[in-house]
Amino acid sequence: MSTAPTQEMYIQPPPPLPRHASLATLEARAISAWFGERKVLDRVSLTMKPGQVTALIGPSGCGKSTFLRILNRMHELVPSAQLAGEVRLDGVDIYDTGRRLTEARRQIGMVFQKPNPFPTMSIYDNVVAGLKLTGTKVRRSEKDALVEECLIKAGLWREVSDRLRSPGGALSGGQQQRLCIARSLAVRPRVLLMDEPCSALDPTSTRVIEQTIAELAHEVTIVIVTHNMQQANRVSQQCAFFLAEHGTPGAIVESGDTQQMFEAPRDPRTSDYVNGRFG
Amino acid sequence: MSAPDLHVEDVPRPLAGVGSLADRVFRGVSRGVGVFVLVVFGAIGLFLAYQALPTLSRYGTSFFTESDWSPELDKVGMSAVLVGTFVVGLIAMFVAFPLSLAAALYITEFAPNGIRKTLVAMVDLMAAVPSIIYGLWGFWLLQPQLVPIAHWLHQHFGFIPIFEAATDPDAPAYAQSVYTGSAFVAGLVVAMMVIPITCAVMRDVFAQAPVGEREAALALGATRWGMIRTVVLPFGRGGIVGGTMLGLGRALGETVAVLLIISVAFDVKIRILENGTITVSSLIANRFGEATAAQLSALLTAGFVLFVITVIVNTIAAIIVSRSRSGAATEI
Amino acid sequence: MTMTAAPPKSPSSSAPPEKERPRRLRGRTLDDKLSFAGAGVASLALTWVVYGKILPFYGFVGFVIVWYVVFLLMYATVTALSSPRPVVVDRVASAIVHAGAIVVGIALISTVLYTFFRGFLVTLHPNFFADDMAGVRPQAPLDEGGILHAIVGTAVEIGIATVISLPFGVATAVYMVEVGGRLARVVRTVVEAMTAIPDILAGLFVYTVCIITLGWEKSGLAAALAIAVTMLPIIARASDVVLRVVPGGLREAGLALGASQWQVIRHVVLPTARPGLATALILGVARGVGETAPVLIVSGASTFLNFDPTEHTMNSLPLYIFIAVRSGQPVFIERGFGAAAVLLTLVLLLFAVTRWLSRPRV
Repeated sequence: MSTAPTQEMYIQPPPPLPRHASLATLEARAISAWFGERKVLDRVSLTMKPGQVTALIGPSGCGKSTFLRILNRMHELVPSAQLAGEVRLDGVDIYDTGRRLTEARRQIGMVFQKPNPFPTMSIYDNVVAGLKLTGTKVRRSEKDALVEECLIKAGLWREVSDRLRSPGGALSGGQQQRLCIARSLAVRPRVLLMDEPCSALDPTSTRVIEQTIAELAHEVTIVIVTHNMQQANRVSQQCAFFLAEHGTPGAIVESGDTQQMFEAPRDPRTSDYVNGRFG
Repeated sequence: MSAPDLHVEDVPRPLAGVGSLADRVFRGVSRGVGVFVLVVFGAIGLFLAYQALPTLSRYGTSFFTESDWSPELDKVGMSAVLVGTFVVGLIAMFVAFPLSLAAALYITEFAPNGIRKTLVAMVDLMAAVPSIIYGLWGFWLLQPQLVPIAHWLHQHFGFIPIFEAATDPDAPAYAQSVYTGSAFVAGLVVAMMVIPITCAVMRDVFAQAPVGEREAALALGATRWGMIRTVVLPFGRGGIVGGTMLGLGRALGETVAVLLIISVAFDVKIRILENGTITVSSLIANRFGEATAAQLSALLTAGFVLFVITVIVNTIAAIIVSRSRSGAATEI
Repeated sequence: MTMTAAPPKSPSSSAPPEKERPRRLRGRTLDDKLSFAGAGVASLALTWVVYGKILPFYGFVGFVIVWYVVFLLMYATVTALSSPRPVVVDRVASAIVHAGAIVVGIALISTVLYTFFRGFLVTLHPNFFADDMAGVRPQAPLDEGGILHAIVGTAVEIGIATVISLPFGVATAVYMVEVGGRLARVVRTVVEAMTAIPDILAGLFVYTVCIITLGWEKSGLAAALAIAVTMLPIIARASDVVLRVVPGGLREAGLALGASQWQVIRHVVLPTARPGLATALILGVARGVGETAPVLIVSGASTFLNFDPTEHTMNSLPLYIFIAVRSGQPVFIERGFGAAAVLLTLVLLLFAVTRWLSRPRV
């Protein structure tokens, strides 16, 4: 049963920085997606549990990234994109026409495969960029504390605390990605989506980020797309295996507890994939 | 496998020479063409400079301080002409800059996908329309519409010197002709010619703003304008400035449209609403017919000054665009 | 616990249980539409009431400007009542950008339409295209005289200018791209600078060199030279861009077969770039056709038909228009507009050909 969007949801500006927002459940119901005439996802349903890391795994081209981008309404940036089904954040459908698009995106943050800090801004300004963009007013003293908190959570504070005013583009790849994570955290999202965040990074940075993910999971619901099965095994508690066979649209073959999927998968295709027989 | 022979030296060897006779001839001819073109264009500047010598030696620095242009009285000077050229050019840029920016942003960020190509074609078409056609439009269609606006500006803002004019604005039947043939009208018409140039450069750089940064801004919950302000405009800074300067260079050199609109008056003035002004190119075109040899030299000197100014402005524009982050791949 | 989904059904087997309905994604919310419409109507009404009576403005253009300003204020206020600040800024900025683009569009369209509108009736006279103005007084009625001499003059002058500037322009581009080197970079900078030179200076240059120094008469040939000087940098630069786009792999393939550089250029690069080069040529021609200032200086404006560029003065379309509209004679002015309509048609045709030539090939 759906909850009608209430008056409060789109009259008030976003609430300023609640200290510990309650953990959110993100639920996808019967999501189908098209690019023009080509169907790329077929009735995908998945519940991403609060306070846990859900990993989306599967070979390339089976719609994992498309599904992820549907979760925060980035899918529709492509002109020919179409969509059916619902995505519910704590029971409210984010695609409801009464809902404000930018609010949905603020609550469901995203970290991209290629780190993309804003090059004309300093590290400090990058972290608070989201506040400026969403028009959230924060007092100067609180801003400093927020920057420090987000950088600590992203595992970057120790390395940049002495040069917060230097440009954001001057960091290494792994540092840039952690800066992007800090930037996403500053707007206090309920959910954080990560699209292969480590695929462009070296092993050391990857390890740091995986550690960050583990710590963040207590505050934010995390959904991560990854090609690396060992990484999925390391960081996630829940897992969903996507597959698109020979020209059919992508769909979830099996989903559930990570450990169980890796040790005792029920579907033979899952077993093949996690054991490296294809993909 | 044998060990490398340590007695043979590891030194690069000369590679075979230049190639066949046909190739050498080709390269020679090609280079010749390049040099010829260089010479021709350099000659323009040199010829103008050479012809300017008699005038400059005769009048010296008074050539730049004298405002009157009466060769028959032996009083020639460019001060009024230079001021007029820059006034018209600046008015044109003042109008063209926001309009080009709006048009470029609209095309790259707001326009529905289907009509984008049509819009780009329309802007390019605007660049192809001959300036004389804009002159006709400006004189017959635009000017009558601008007279009431000029009058209103004079009436309510006349205390600002640039909006002053030599007539009584509050008279019930005000003198309309005072507001015609002014730098204001000429500037607006020249703006039409500048907009496609500036818009094309800006459009190019906006289209190259990196998609990753755009998506990052949107994913944080930014509105479309928030994303433009944070990603597209900073990225396109070089193109915006460079494109504007390129437009200014064009505005300074426009001849026919200005000539069709203005009434010629050699006063150093900044009253843009008032009838009467003069620019370098319209001066040359206007006075050419009855010029004796000495007068011709004076006109050529004016032309040389314009040449120098235009080359400087356009070179600065090219440097700004090519050194910016966005300009590396942009053609101007 | 794992959940297993059934293997995806192939399309030909049983129909899906219920039809999927795509969501509306990019449409405006009701709030968007209502605040826009509401602000628009309210501002129109308010402006209508107070304009001219209370406010010190008048005239149609003034009305539109005031309406727009009031609309912006109302739109911003309405949005501020229900949405956070970034949304207000977004909407106002969007309204401003749209307005700027519309103003530019109106300016262009009004230029084209006005020229055709005013020149159309004149062009209906058949003698307009068949006669010249020899012996016809400027204020003679429209069924006497015509612009044939101007059309012929334009054709001859552009023809000569093209014959000069096309080979040199393309050859310069070939030099800049295929041979390259430090000197080529200097040439490229100079060519770029020359595309922006005021056209009257080109006319002055030809005047000084040919007419003063070499003692020529004012003629069509001198005009053609001046036009060639303005066309050359445009053709060179456009060809430069086109040649650079030809993939290096093609050149390498040609060289690997044993061809010399010139052979590769002649048989591989130039044919590949041919549509782009045609576009470059037409861009140059479109510019040359509209040149008024240099022509004004170096070719007198004749009234009689003249096919010979070396003898006597020669008229051309832009020059004819210029003299006609400045004459102060109403009939002559109308003739000028007729010629302007012809010139504009010519430019539009050339432009359309450019677009057709550079259409994406399958």
